[in-house]
Formats: sequence, C-alpha cells, structure tokens
Amino acid sequence: MKHGELKSLDLAALWQGLRRPDPMGTDRVVPPTGITAQLTVFAAAAMAFLAVFALALALATGRLAERWSNELAQTVTVRISAPTEQMDQQTATVMEVLRTTPGIADAKQLPDSEVEKLLEPWFGPDVPVEVLPIPRLIEVSEAGEGFDAEALRLRLQGEAPGAVLDDHTRWREPLVRAAGRLRVLGLVSLLLIAATSGAMITLAAKAALAANGQVIRVLRLIGARDITIATAFVRRFTRRAAAGAAIGTVLGMIAIWALPSVDEAGGFLTGLGFQGWGWLWPVLIPLAAGLIGFVATRSAALRMLREVR
Amino acid sequence: MQNLSFGYGASEPLLADMSLSLQPGSFHFLTGPSGSGKTTFLRLCYADLLPRSGRMIAFGQDVSQLSRDGIAALRRKVGVVHQDPQFLDHMPVADNIALPQIVAGGPVDTDVIRDLLDWVQLRQHGGALPPSLSGGERQRAALARAVIMTPELVIADEPTGNLDWEMSMRLLDLLIEFNQADKAVLFATHDLNLIRAAKQRVQARVLRIAGKRLQLAGADL
Repeated sequence: MKHGELKSLDLAALWQGLRRPDPMGTDRVVPPTGITAQLTVFAAAAMAFLAVFALALALATGRLAERWSNELAQTVTVRISAPTEQMDQQTATVMEVLRTTPGIADAKQLPDSEVEKLLEPWFGPDVPVEVLPIPRLIEVSEAGEGFDAEALRLRLQGEAPGAVLDDHTRWREPLVRAAGRLRVLGLVSLLLIAATSGAMITLAAKAALAANGQVIRVLRLIGARDITIATAFVRRFTRRAAAGAAIGTVLGMIAIWALPSVDEAGGFLTGLGFQGWGWLWPVLIPLAAGLIGFVATRSAALRMLREVR
Repeated sequence: MQNLSFGYGASEPLLADMSLSLQPGSFHFLTGPSGSGKTTFLRLCYADLLPRSGRMIAFGQDVSQLSRDGIAALRRKVGVVHQDPQFLDHMPVADNIALPQIVAGGPVDTDVIRDLLDWVQLRQHGGALPPSLSGGERQRAALARAVIMTPELVIADEPTGNLDWEMSMRLLDLLIEFNQADKAVLFATHDLNLIRAAKQRVQARVLRIAGKRLQLAGADL
C-alpha cells in the first residue's frame, strides 16, 4: 500500500477530528485497555512531574546566571600587598588614583576589623589575624557607565606596584558559565523527557493498536474511514497523555511551591522555583504532552492502518 | 468484473479470466471445492484484494482506482457476512449491529436497530455481548450488521458452514427476504442441499469456480 493512500489522515484533518465532540460515541469502538491506559496516565504524570523540576531548574539557573553576572559586575576591589613601611604610602597613592579615575563613584578602605572578620572563617577565632601581613582592601563603587578596568590596572601598576585591581572577572566567569550550563542541562532534560514521553506513548499506542488489530479490520470491513479509526485511538491517547501530564504538573508545582523559601534555604537552592509569570510556564507541559500523544499515536496508527486494506 | 485474474504474490494465478455482472435483485450462489478461490473471489468483490489484471467495476467505479476512503464508501454499499463473523466483543450486540451507522458518523436509528433485531430474532440478545451468542446467533447478528446501511449487495462467505440445517435455512430465509427488496445477494457455499432448497423459493443462478475459472453451473444441481 502506498503511503499517499493515507493522505486523508493529514494532521489538520486529524486535529479537526480530535476537536470535534463525539456525540455518536465513535470512540467506543476502541475497547477499554485497562492497565495500558493506567500506565500511560501514570507515565505521563511522572514525566510531567520531572518536567516541572527541569523547567524550574532551567529558569532558576537562568536567573542565577543573570544575577551573578549583574551583582558581581558591580563589585570591584583593590588589594594592596606591600611591605609594612610602604603600606600607608601605597594606600594613599591608590586612593588618589581612584579619586581621579573617571567612572568611579566612591572608594572606601575597609577597616582592619572588617578584613579580620572576613578572614575569621578561614583561620578560626583563635588565630591572631592582626599580626599577619594582611593586605589592605579598598572597595570601589562604579558610577554610571563604569570605568576602564585595563587602564586603571596599568595606572596602578605604575604608581602603586603592590596594588591589584580585582573586578572578579576571573572567578565570576566560571560561575556564570556553570549557571549557563546548568540551564542548558535543564533544557536538555526537558527535551529528553519529551522524547521519552513520545517513545512511551508510541509504545503504548502501538501495543493498543496491535491488540486491536481485529477491531481495526472489522471497522475497515464495515466501511469505516481511516480518519474515523485513527481519531478514536488518537483522541484516547492524547487525552490520557494530557490528563496524566496535568496531574503530574500540578503535583510538581505543589512540590516546587513547598520548597523551603529563599531565606530558609539559602545556598544553592536559592531561587529554585518559579517567580511571577514564571508560574504559567508549567501550564505548557500538559499541552506539550497532549501534542506528543497526538503525534506519537497518529504515527503509530498510520503504520498500523497501512497493513490493513 | 471483466476478464479478472488474481494470484497471491508472484505465484500462478488462482483465478483467471473471470467475468461477472451482478444486477439489482439478483441472487447468485458461488460453489466450488475447498481451496478453489471462493473466498478470494469474494474478497475481490469488496475490494479487500485488488485484481492482478482485468477490471473490477463497482457501482460505476473502477475499484483499482479507489482511494482508501473510496473503498470505505464502497463497503458501506456492500454488506459482508463471513463464516466466522467478527464483532467488537466489548460492545453489546445491538451496538455491533449499529456499528456501520456509528462509524459513518450518522445518527444511530434505534427503531431500525430494534426492527433488525426482530428480523433476525435476536431481540432478547440486543444487550448481550457477542461472545455469549451461539454460532447461528452470531451469523444472524452479522447479517443484521451487514444490511443496516441498506446495501445494494450482500456477500455471504459460507455463512452456514458451521450451522445445522435448521439454522442454515433460517439464515437463507433472511437473505431471500433481503433479496426480495431488489437487492443483490452473492452467497458462497459448498452445501448443494442448501442450494437446491433455495432454488425452490428464489430464482438463483449458481456459479462454480473450477480450474481457476468461473462457470455457470448447470441444472444438475
């Protein structure tokens, strides 16, 4: 049988068939499949649950990357490591350089007590930090468009050799890159979940179609059109996939909502979840599951019908 | 059909050079030994198989040129009853009889279903599931399903093969009654007694498949 002979089963026609109500109960011609139906719903629900988390991860890592990028870009410090006798002089030189550099709003030397506080977690409270040769830190606030970091770095090198400008680029970039990769992983996970769902529904639909080979032959024999037969199967699997996914999505959203809040959790979990309009994204999951069910079952039905004249 | 030949795959033709025209109100028996190709011949008639050569014209259309939807439309004009009729076992008998109406998307006429159940004497089995029916009851239910769309032709492929004489006669009576409404019947059987009994009551022609060809059987039946 030629492929073209099933052209009446094009997507548009099938979609129309799917949207039409079924007052005649045409779908009844497909027998209930019991455990297969329940497994399809369960699998769609489980996949949707995972998809909610993958989506949340993708969105959260996107936000994280953006936040780190923005926040760290605004934090610049100058570190001065110089012999004790030159420390004050170099500090004064650096402050003067910073004061005269365009794009810098404010430069403030961190008091020793604050520097010691920063180091305390590393050395512990008992180590006499004050006797160690600790560098001085100057916190720089950018103004407007910011400053030319390379030019400032060269000036400092010339006028205060012990001063190092640290705009955190070196450690910010890997973090931003890591967050970006996490987002990609989240999106890849979503694609894998979609593909797995498609494969699962295809298998379930193929099993149902194979089990109902006799039904299909009887229906063709009494004059049923391909569109009628395919719609009965497609409608059933599309609904199962969408219904299962809706259940899984709701459960996933509840689980995300119930995650500890930002303040309580902190750390890595900070911001994992949906914010504002972001809560609408998961609504797409049942729709996508329905679409996957539709396409997968249509494809399986086409293959099956090709074998029946 | 005109000069029609058919064979499975690349094998020798099973049927060769067959020509036949079925007119409204005609009643034909088709006989022949087992394996002679009776079922194949009937399958060609409802486009379940396509001829290797020759032409098969049904209701003015060349069957070989029909699309799948065209074949479906053809089958709504041709009722088929098999020796071992198949039903949708999860649906009651009445719904199985209504199946052609259901899949055609038209309204299910409950009066027609009731009349058909009465006609084939299955009124009390309308709500039963097909597996609970006896062989004769299944054949009658299949006949009711075959005629619900008031087809122009009913093809019966050895429908009495598994039935006793009394049940065979009942089924034959129903087919004769259907034929009297100016409808064509093509009835495959190797039961010569049934054919003799039928010829007492209806003007039937007897066709025989022998040596791959279709012959008009003589009066020796």
